[in-house]
Amino acid sequence: MSRKPVSKAPAGKQDKSLDQPKPKARMVTVYIMGKRHVVPEHATIMRAIEYSGQQIIRGAGCREGFCGACGTIYRLPGDYKIHSGLACTTLVQEGMSLTQIPAVPMEKAIYDVEKLSPDVDTIKRLYPVVFRCVACNTCTKSCPQGIQVMDYIQAAKRGDIAAIMDLSFDCVACGLCALRCPAEIVQHKVGVLGRRLYGRYLAKESKELGARIKQVESGQFDEEYTSLMGMDKASLSKMYYERDIEP
Amino acid sequence: MYPEYLAGSLKEVDRTRTKRLELAKSGNPVYPPMNAEERKDVLSKYHPDFSKGARSKIRVGPNKGEELTTEITELLEAHSMVEPRLMDIHLREPDYETDLLIIGGGGAGCWAAITAMQNGVNSMLVTKLRLGDSNSMMSEGGMQAAVAPQDSPTRHYLDAMGGGHFENNPELVRILTEDGPEVVKELERLGVIWDKQADGTMQVLHGGGTSRKRMVSCRDYIGAIITRTLMDEVHNHPDKIQVREFEPAVELVLDDKGRCSGAILYSLDTEQFLTVKAKATIITTGGFGRLHIRGFATTNHYGATGDGLVMAYRAGAKLAFMDSVQYHPTGAVFPEQIAGFLITEKIRGAGGQPLNKNGELFVFPREPRDIESAAIIRECSADRNMGVETYAGRTGVWLDSPIIDMIHGEGFTKHQFPGMCRQFNRFGIDITKQPMLIYPSLHYQNGGVEINGRCETNIPGLYVAGEASGGVHGRNRLMGNSVLDYNVFGRRAGQHASEYAKSVKLGKLSLDHVTSHVKELKANKIETDLVSPMILPSYTPEDVKIQQLARLGSAPARHSMLRSRISPGDKRSAAE
Repeated sequence: MSRKPVSKAPAGKQDKSLDQPKPKARMVTVYIMGKRHVVPEHATIMRAIEYSGQQIIRGAGCREGFCGACGTIYRLPGDYKIHSGLACTTLVQEGMSLTQIPAVPMEKAIYDVEKLSPDVDTIKRLYPVVFRCVACNTCTKSCPQGIQVMDYIQAAKRGDIAAIMDLSFDCVACGLCALRCPAEIVQHKVGVLGRRLYGRYLAKESKELGARIKQVESGQFDEEYTSLMGMDKASLSKMYYERDIEP
Repeated sequence: MYPEYLAGSLKEVDRTRTKRLELAKSGNPVYPPMNAEERKDVLSKYHPDFSKGARSKIRVGPNKGEELTTEITELLEAHSMVEPRLMDIHLREPDYETDLLIIGGGGAGCWAAITAMQNGVNSMLVTKLRLGDSNSMMSEGGMQAAVAPQDSPTRHYLDAMGGGHFENNPELVRILTEDGPEVVKELERLGVIWDKQADGTMQVLHGGGTSRKRMVSCRDYIGAIITRTLMDEVHNHPDKIQVREFEPAVELVLDDKGRCSGAILYSLDTEQFLTVKAKATIITTGGFGRLHIRGFATTNHYGATGDGLVMAYRAGAKLAFMDSVQYHPTGAVFPEQIAGFLITEKIRGAGGQPLNKNGELFVFPREPRDIESAAIIRECSADRNMGVETYAGRTGVWLDSPIIDMIHGEGFTKHQFPGMCRQFNRFGIDITKQPMLIYPSLHYQNGGVEINGRCETNIPGLYVAGEASGGVHGRNRLMGNSVLDYNVFGRRAGQHASEYAKSVKLGKLSLDHVTSHVKELKANKIETDLVSPMILPSYTPEDVKIQQLARLGSAPARHSMLRSRISPGDKRSAAE
């Protein structure tokens, strides 16, 4: 089965390129859950699945690499490795054999963030499984975000909360690390815990924020609000266009 | 890697950079900001809202006779998914009962569940995809909050009103801006990590239309950081907040006194229709980017199909400002695989400049979004023809990012924009060395269900918060005000709705409003094969769809509702 790729330019825009030499979309063969499909070469895995005629229910979310809904594993011809990636940002390749991971089963620790301490004791109590880490680095290799996952798990073992926060900051929680981990660690859940501990206990307090909240609570802006809200459109507009702008 | 045919234009960008850097460092605007007249002119001539066919009159429901965005009118004049007659027994014996039903699992929904719980009310949160699959998760740049000493909540108020062309609901804007600083604090208490200076001072940057640096941020992952924190908190209370995923609501349920009393859910796994009886209901279903209005590519997540609007409207809720759509000025144009991808406004906040094919500035980089978008569309239009064309048939302008490190010092871009760097690195483009090619992308639903300061609608028991609501942004939202919106009003909706739920005694449940909708369609001779809410957009190729439609009989095939739907988008090209 091969079809002509449909043009995807927005209709709202004039297509001026018709007279220019346009390279034809080449097609590649991929195997989606074992079944052969011919799809455009420049398609992401997600677009290829849709091009094959399937409506994705589980396995698509933001479609831009933020939500982690579309974790996918695949193999390539002549390559023994299992590769992993996000379907929304990984391009298909000739001979790619792939399957999406619709959900990642795991247990999240339940806690009251107000009653925790930002140290190794908390990690020990909530996620003792991190101490099974054998430093094999499979988690890091499987991360579609290129995060040093193993390093933040090692940091968790030392109770270095700031390092967990910094290293896991860009985690999209797709869970591919947790599925590949031979020690059965739930890395991305440890990352969330580390980040929350940092934000709650270790981030330096902002003095001007506290002062501003006090001003609001004491009603310091009430009068100005009342005056602004009572203004007609013309006077408000005048004030707006005359306001000074911080460089 | 940029193809050879773009090299000439890229060279122009490099050539003009030294001069533009001097301008940026001078402290004066790099290009004169538009006055009221110029703004009006560019909007009316180039903004897609004003293009032919962009709006059409709605013939049914509470906004009957008003001009709404055409794609919305089509969805509101469509058939319901459910046959009320067949639901009678389930209305008498609901599948679920709860004090508070929250429809939508983004930032506003999570907040509502948390504040309701703090107020002693348990809730059920139902969502179409997974918890957190939402536009909230995707916001990159930041949130506006008047935390800096040289700023004030009232200045924030003035900026927001001006951005919205002074049509916003003043009561809502006051709440939005006045709650800002407290929301920053509350989020930090839950564990959100703000960008700060070494002494703890909040880092603030400019956004489009801000008169003071007011954008607080979490590198360029603010949505992911906030939403994952809220989700983690929701998951920490499984006894008080019940989460149902892949069970979107498709109709609201009213009682015999016209009060909202729950909803009908549609399980995407089993195709069952399930009934929830609830004392109060909050809609936090977000926006509508996946309707691909005017054929535009979108920055929005897969489920952003405006479901909440459809349900609320059929139940009799009034909509506000549903004739305007926000196009984010900077969606990616190249590479083709990420066309529409959001390039955060923080890039321009940090000094990034939009440039035409000759590498020249043509607009102040931080105009409000509708103005900035219209100016970019004008530059690419046949009137000026100063856009850069790609072989895929798209046109765009450059967004100069290498200038950012020259302004703030080397390493700034890499630390402040890890998401942007990563996304472009995947395609061999280093944004610290080369600019990005951009064009406006369908981004935000400015209007929505009309609410008051308590997030109440004209239907008792129905609350709305976040992007699904209308009024706070008028016809144009400023950057960073939607992240603030879902935090401020999500929190408040949970408080007010849970308070209401404590005292209400429900009557007999009914779907009579759906029956009336059917009658109204008939009376107005509206013929349509469209069923709404849409639930998910279809990117199935047309030839496949036609073969799916050959099925005989009424037995439901798996996901038949989704698969066989020929959406209004199909008449246009299926742009993502």
